[in-house]
Amino acid sequence: MECVFGLVGKGFALVVADASAVHSILLHKSNEDKIMILDSHKLMGASGEAGDRAQFTEYIQKNVALYQFRNGIPLTTAAAANFTRGELATALRKSPYFVNIILAGYDKETGPSLYYIDYIASMHKVDKAAFGYGSYFSLAMMDRHYHSNMTLEEAIDLVDKCIIEIRSRLVVAPPNFIIKIVDQDGAREYGWRKSINDDHISAA
Amino acid sequence: MFISLSTMEALWWPWSERIASPSPVTAASAFSFRPSPLISREFTRSTKRSSSALSGLATDAQTLYQRLVFRHKLYQLREERNMKPETFASLVSAILYEKRFGPYFCQPVIAGLGDDNKPFICTMDSIGAKELAKDFVVAGTASESLYGACEAMFKPDMEAEELFETISQALLSSVDRDCLSGWGGHVYVV
Repeated sequence: MECVFGLVGKGFALVVADASAVHSILLHKSNEDKIMILDSHKLMGASGEAGDRAQFTEYIQKNVALYQFRNGIPLTTAAAANFTRGELATALRKSPYFVNIILAGYDKETGPSLYYIDYIASMHKVDKAAFGYGSYFSLAMMDRHYHSNMTLEEAIDLVDKCIIEIRSRLVVAPPNFIIKIVDQDGAREYGWRKSINDDHISAA
Repeated sequence: MFISLSTMEALWWPWSERIASPSPVTAASAFSFRPSPLISREFTRSTKRSSSALSGLATDAQTLYQRLVFRHKLYQLREERNMKPETFASLVSAILYEKRFGPYFCQPVIAGLGDDNKPFICTMDSIGAKELAKDFVVAGTASESLYGACEAMFKPDMEAEELFETISQALLSSVDRDCLSGWGGHVYVV
């Protein structure tokens, strides 16, 4: 089951996602990147139906880029989140996207922010969020250990605690996780947490 | 499945000739959560004198909130005045009934002061059937508890402070008995 979670720290936001591509009982690969970098300062971690996830996140990424080309300035995180919610809401009563999204971004004026958007387009601006079966564990850990203005070391420590909980307590726990960070220097990959190494198989 | 449900009520205090101040109307909402820190805060302060709150499915509450803000701003631009709460209630009712066979899963509560500061409250079901009341209206997952609590605690001709206390107690005691609502409430006095 797909686990995505995220949290806001002092001047940064983290999004963590599992890296398994699953088809029924078969694990196709365990180095799938489910966190899309939308633009220089935005991350979108997504979980849900595989086709919808890939297509919808790419659609949002291209529209964010289009706005920048047309208007010469990038979208704020709030605007990108509201745009995403609008697309999900419009599609909801026609042919819904089954994708849950955690959108993290950094704006110069307002700092880091995190948006939780579920597949039926309810959006909330939050400090910590999680989706999937892993959320039962990661939210519990975050409720216990999270506080506002965490440093990067504290936040990564909390993320590792959550991953350990998921690995030890979830029956079909994903083996690998990817962590991405967004702060004033931009959105980038922070690291992996692997227990199965299939790097020698090239990622698609 | 994320259904963010909430519980709301509005209490009405009738205009009293003895007092020169406008009658307050209070509306209180409690927000409910799935096991995660989600807050559904769909509350429009459309004008200085009327507000509405939407309980029910969070996504529809957000969409409906955005549509209502849009319609109200458009009205303000065209008419150069604020909408009366009675008019606003009719607008909400019409918008909900447009989707009669594919409704918004929302139950609004509307409260405000109309002409001559006359208090106005009403609630609706998800397809726009208005229910006006003189004393109180409720909506949400704990609505049955709220009916009981308000019936017991409401008295006519209360002052703003007493009304605030009454509505808070009624709300908190009802949501404390409802697993789907809680974590406090917000009270808005118009």
